[in-house]
Amino acid sequence: MSEGTAAENVGTTGLPEGDLTLGQHVGSGEIPRYEGGSRTPGWDDPVDLTKDPAVIPDPADCPVPEELRAEIERHMALYPDARSASIPALMAAQKVHVWCSPTAIEQVACVMRLTPGYLAAVATFYDMLETSPVGRHRVYVCTNISCSLRGADELLLRVQEETAGDPDFNVRGFECLGACDIAPMASVDDVYVGPVELDEVPDLVAQIRAGTEVLPEKQIIRRKSVDPNAVSTS
Amino acid sequence: MSQEAILFKGIDEPGLNTLEVYKRRGGYGDVFRKALSTPRDALVTELVESGLRGRGGAGFSMGKKASFMPKGAMDKYLVCNADESEPGTFKDRELMTKSPHMLIEGMIIGAYAAGATRSFIYIRGEYAQQADILDAAVAEAYADGLLGKHILGSDHSLEMLVHRGAGAYICGEETGLLDSLEGKRGNPRLKPPFPANQGLYQGPTLINNVETLATIPHILGMGAAEYAKIGVENSTGTKLISVSGHVKRPGNYEIELGMPVREILYDLCGGIEGDREVKFYFPGGSSSPVLTGDDLDLPYDFDSMAKAGSMLGSGAIIVVDDQTSVVDVCLKLAQFYKHESCGKCTPCREGTQWTVKMLERIIAGTATPMDLDIMASVQTQIIGNCLCVLGDAMAMPVGSMIEKFRPEFEAYIEEARARSERELIASLEEPGEVPLVGSLV
Ligand SMILES: Cc1cc2nc3c(=O)[nH]c(=O)nc-3n(C[C@H](O)[C@H](O)[C@H](O)COP(=O)(O)O)c2cc1C
Ligand code: SF4
Ligand code: FES
Repeated sequence: MSEGTAAENVGTTGLPEGDLTLGQHVGSGEIPRYEGGSRTPGWDDPVDLTKDPAVIPDPADCPVPEELRAEIERHMALYPDARSASIPALMAAQKVHVWCSPTAIEQVACVMRLTPGYLAAVATFYDMLETSPVGRHRVYVCTNISCSLRGADELLLRVQEETAGDPDFNVRGFECLGACDIAPMASVDDVYVGPVELDEVPDLVAQIRAGTEVLPEKQIIRRKSVDPNAVSTS
Repeated sequence: MSQEAILFKGIDEPGLNTLEVYKRRGGYGDVFRKALSTPRDALVTELVESGLRGRGGAGFSMGKKASFMPKGAMDKYLVCNADESEPGTFKDRELMTKSPHMLIEGMIIGAYAAGATRSFIYIRGEYAQQADILDAAVAEAYADGLLGKHILGSDHSLEMLVHRGAGAYICGEETGLLDSLEGKRGNPRLKPPFPANQGLYQGPTLINNVETLATIPHILGMGAAEYAKIGVENSTGTKLISVSGHVKRPGNYEIELGMPVREILYDLCGGIEGDREVKFYFPGGSSSPVLTGDDLDLPYDFDSMAKAGSMLGSGAIIVVDDQTSVVDVCLKLAQFYKHESCGKCTPCREGTQWTVKMLERIIAGTATPMDLDIMASVQTQIIGNCLCVLGDAMAMPVGSMIEKFRPEFEAYIEEARARSERELIASLEEPGEVPLVGSLV
């Protein structure tokens, strides 16, 4: 979470892929470099040093949707220190703008009276806050240990195939979502489902597109806590 | 050793998440009223005597931690750690989904004991459904006079707020959590000062895990002495355990501490998938050093796990069968910590990155056996040299895997190298290809 998007492009060889001025071959003498000449990820997108740092936006030239403003102010009032509301506020803005776009951050900054830089620093820290454009349906497929032992990597690939090219989807491999009992699992717009079989993926994606309940029988909320078969013999 | 139901007793009763059903079952009853009129010190003493150890990972005495809270009139806080991001752990989710009032009742009593008048539940943002359930339960409790000023006419007042995170494992670390709750990036703080002296908004703060706090009403209900009879020495009571991976029935189970691991895996969880053998398991979440199939007769309690060189941690057992490559699991593990390292200290930030790179090299067939030694030495250089224990949390299990499965790592390196060389030679033999100089690195 500490690195920028270029780090996400580092493939299994450890060398960057994607939008790079990559030399021909590994071992051919050319050293792959990110744009800007750096060999390490994270420095490919330098700040523009000719610009002044953004200051707290002036309400006069930063229109904020009324509902968003009200929601952010409601969160701010809940804490002894209003700044504690930064995550809920960014989440609220993300709901409106789909991602933490410069406009979204500016609007939060305007209401909370914080600099956009402060909020951008917060937004880049947390996995659920998106700092580049994404689709509005969040599908987090857990690919951590317990899920990968039960086929999560194949599941992620399958979901990616099924949604390929659809700009409405934000499909991501995610760290352990705290539902390894239903591995392999996914969080679909905050609804946990699992275990998801590969042949259920087309249904799942169709349900997301149609806006209906996703895999109702497989939702964690319907799962019993205690397994009646679980008895100890001693 | 038996399966005890204290926290999970009747957990699947429909409507238990509502105040009405919870109260009908005795919640917020005589025990609760009595607790709020007991002197604080007596309550803390009772918690110490129960032997309750923190259920979030570190296993520190709950009562002792509460006793560290300074006396005197000042703003003090209770924070419930519901970040639950340790891979393999999903027990707090179950409690919050099914019985949110158990947690709230425990928090009200815990806050009273610690002298705190404001409380927060820091829940991971991914648990949106659970956060909604908690929000509703907190609102019910306010409406019923169980939260707010002068709870049930007593001297105790408590505000409570559910705060949603936004996805960061490090916010489960108590000081990272506090920074995050203050609206910052969740970077851990230097300790001391410990949160009990200077925590949230610089005020004294008691931080406990969901399960720890939810146990409080039960301890007071049965009495500390009775509670301490459950379990084994130094590991009293029951524990919710999350079992996942290659078992037939993954899930949450409540056990009496000290139950043999074999009983957990074979009786409760129905054995290993496909009736295969256990190769290794993480006894306390992904941060715990692995134990092998030879360690199944160990009693599952804090001291036995520590003696075996691992830890009980959050109570999450991840089981890996004999068909799985230790190298693949090791890479998944290292990738997680690399992704979650906050980047504040060098050994953790660089060590996690390099461990991933070296494992990728092993898998790609470009590593030499020497790389294994380098990787092992990276782990020893991380341990004890970081600000928080996230670095150690990768270094300990990775180190334990290399130590216990060194021949498999070595064989993997050789096989992968041979494979990549074969592939290279095959590609060179294709007509029209120009051989690349220096490609056999
Ligand atoms: C990297 C890291 C992650 C942690 N994650 C959690 C967590 O998700 N939940 C939790 O209760 N404790 C977690 N802890 C442990 C907390 O720091 C703290 O010890 C615990 O919340 C104290 O509560 P307890 O005494 O009731 O266990 C984590 C610790 C570290 C170092
Ligand atoms: S050990 Fe890692 S996660 Fe912890 S403070 Fe240091 S860099 Fe951050
Ligand atoms: S590993 Fe997938 S939910 Fe835990």
